[in-house]
Amino acid sequence: MLRVLLVTLSVAAIAHAELCKPDTQNAFKVRLSIKTALGDDAYAWDANEEYLFKAMMAFAMRRYSSKSTTQISNVLLCNVTDRVSFWFVVTDSSKNVTTVPGSEVEAAIRMNRNRINSAFLLSDKTLQFVKITSTLSPPVEPSTPVWLIVFGVVLCLILAGIVFLVVAGIHQRKNYRTPPCLIIDLAHTQGRIILYWLC
Amino acid sequence: MSKDLSVPPEIPKEDSRPKWDNKFQYILSCIGFAVGLGNVWRFPYLCQIHGGGAFLIPYFIALLFEGIPLLHLELALGQCMRKGSISAWNSISPYLGGVGVGSWMVSVLVSLYYNTVLTWVMWYLINSFQEPLPWSMCPLNENRTGFNEECYRSTAVNYFWYRKTLNITPDVTESGTLQWWLVLCLAACWAIVYLCTIRGIETTGKAIYVTAIFPYLVLTIFLIHGLTLPGATNGLAYLFTPNLNTLKNPSVWLDAATQIFFSLSLAFGGLIAFSSYNSPVNDCEKDAVTVALVNSMTSLYASIPVFSVLGFKATTGYWDCLDRNIISIINEFDLPEESIMRDNYTAWISLLNSSHPEKIAGLKLKSCDLQEFLDQSVSGTGLAFITFTQAIIIMPGSQAWAILFFIMLFCLGLSSMFGNIEGVFTPLLELRIISKSVRKEVLSGIICLISFLIALCFTLGSGSYWIDIFDSYAGTVPLLVIAFFEVVGVAYVYKIKRFSKDVKWMTGRKPNLYWQITWRFISPLLLLIVFLAFVTLQIQRPSSYAAWNPKYEGFPMKEEKVYPPWVLAICVLLAVLPCAFVPLVALFHLIKQMCRSKDPSFVQPEVFSCQGASINLSHPKESIPVVSVCKKK
Repeated sequence: MLRVLLVTLSVAAIAHAELCKPDTQNAFKVRLSIKTALGDDAYAWDANEEYLFKAMMAFAMRRYSSKSTTQISNVLLCNVTDRVSFWFVVTDSSKNVTTVPGSEVEAAIRMNRNRINSAFLLSDKTLQFVKITSTLSPPVEPSTPVWLIVFGVVLCLILAGIVFLVVAGIHQRKNYRTPPCLIIDLAHTQGRIILYWLC
Repeated sequence: MSKDLSVPPEIPKEDSRPKWDNKFQYILSCIGFAVGLGNVWRFPYLCQIHGGGAFLIPYFIALLFEGIPLLHLELALGQCMRKGSISAWNSISPYLGGVGVGSWMVSVLVSLYYNTVLTWVMWYLINSFQEPLPWSMCPLNENRTGFNEECYRSTAVNYFWYRKTLNITPDVTESGTLQWWLVLCLAACWAIVYLCTIRGIETTGKAIYVTAIFPYLVLTIFLIHGLTLPGATNGLAYLFTPNLNTLKNPSVWLDAATQIFFSLSLAFGGLIAFSSYNSPVNDCEKDAVTVALVNSMTSLYASIPVFSVLGFKATTGYWDCLDRNIISIINEFDLPEESIMRDNYTAWISLLNSSHPEKIAGLKLKSCDLQEFLDQSVSGTGLAFITFTQAIIIMPGSQAWAILFFIMLFCLGLSSMFGNIEGVFTPLLELRIISKSVRKEVLSGIICLISFLIALCFTLGSGSYWIDIFDSYAGTVPLLVIAFFEVVGVAYVYKIKRFSKDVKWMTGRKPNLYWQITWRFISPLLLLIVFLAFVTLQIQRPSSYAAWNPKYEGFPMKEEKVYPPWVLAICVLLAVLPCAFVPLVALFHLIKQMCRSKDPSFVQPEVFSCQGASINLSHPKESIPVVSVCKKK
């Protein structure tokens, strides 16, 4: 009994080692930059976080393929480094211990990227799936360009000013008829006296 | 209110010339005219490339022997003649009338393109109200798979300037179409200019309080903020560290002389126009020294925040370069985060290079050198619209800084425009061709409308190439020529003795030895040398321009292209036309004189004198109080 158990475990371990190897066909490298994203609130990457990751991957696969056969044990992690980076594969227990095709995994991850990111409090840039590029969000475009509105305001102010000055000038000219204003201004500087009339 | 008034026995001539509300307005207008965009984006650049603090030596020597004497000459001339540039020079001597016409012509040409630069400033200003700033991100391409290609290969800031603002064509011969957004902004700018100059100095005098003082406030705010930015000290040290070896290069002295000359806005006729509205008894000597010193101090003051921000930008660029390299290394070797920091980067690199040289080579790391980032010196529109806008994006609260910066640039440019427009407006008012019934508002409206219509050429796709042409040819050589003839005309045609007597009558003291020597010998000689050196350098340099061509192999570097012959012809025309008026008008008068001298009934006109231009009584010693009899409604 014990021998059978040992053999099964070693077979599983070998199979595990064989399935989850860096640069195999259906394996993905994941890279996390926790300290960059969270700074002082960064959490340490330990076995519990790995468990959460496996759970999120299983969740993503379940949601994508809508069949509830993917278990947490189907997600295999290996080569965890201090960076924090690791490789993972998703196995298919129904089909004789093979890995799920990479395209399916990729599609599942793309579909649930937001959920995966928020589970770890990270973003697309800090939780990188190395082969999977993130789609770009379209920039927010308001219906009327903002600059036109500002321009309209500025132009209205300028035109109001011009109209005011022109009308004031016409008004002043009408009221400024005879008799003319006679101003005698005197500047006394250094013994010379200059008189000039300004009308 | 009415008081009894004792009418003096001699009835003086009527003088309906407008005048400044107070002396401060006049000084502020002259300072506003002199202090312009060049103080912010040309002087710091010259300081940087010509050995930092060492550049101040040729700069102040040029100020002392060229700037201040010419400035005093122009202000005294305008104040004495009490007329705009054309009539003033006609009064000095009919043979020198061409000098006035030439400076009027230069004012026209410069007004046309200067307001287009303000259009660009206004466009950036009204775009600064968006969050996030439109020049901070690249737009996506058509199928949304990535960024717009032109933007991706250069930078977002470059893309916004060359594509979204100018929509520049790859060649000066391809005109492109009118860019409607620039046309709108141009209309708004000319409307603002019209609003402020509608009644001449009555309205500019009020507007100048805002446009001349506000930039100083903003510069102070930027100074305080700039000094708190990380890396500011790098920029300042780089700017001010003197390198006296550069003084051996004659082009440094030439740049100093030309910078002083163009910075003080001499030979435009605007200063003559401004001082013509003064009362003739006014200390123009003190005014000239004040304006020149304030202009130079402003240049120095402005270079501090500019270089703090540039130092900040260079430092941030350097840190970004280091960070990118660090991330590459960490990812490649799977080292824990924050194991390599900026300060131990070099130690790590040498360690890793010795242990895994192939891996390091495979990463293709860029060499990050702070000096290289600091050396990226830019001047002119590149500084304001590319470099500074890039720095503003990385500052917190970027909208506010962008809005402040562009309002400051707008005010600086606008106050210089007032001087340009006065240089155009005042001589026209005095021409007998313009009838007296044409109101000032109508005349200024016509000037602004015609200028707007002509300036529409600069809103075409190739507009910015044309502005560079105008700036390099119409705004440089003619001014040197006109200033040379100004000094020579006053010193040797009008005669310095007579001029000194006029200045003594205005200021109350005879111009001292410094003025005599500089007006007679030093300034004309210096101007001649500067003119010859400048023209020689221009001719030696091939007339090429840098075009923004997305299809060029070396893109995002600019493509060096040569001007076609017809464009070169226009360049020469722009440079020669204002200068040509000087000999043409002299010739015209010579011919007229020869025809007239044959006529026996012809009487020589009386010799002009400054005292005769204003009303003068004999000198009673007691003072008479100010009275005004005015029926106010």
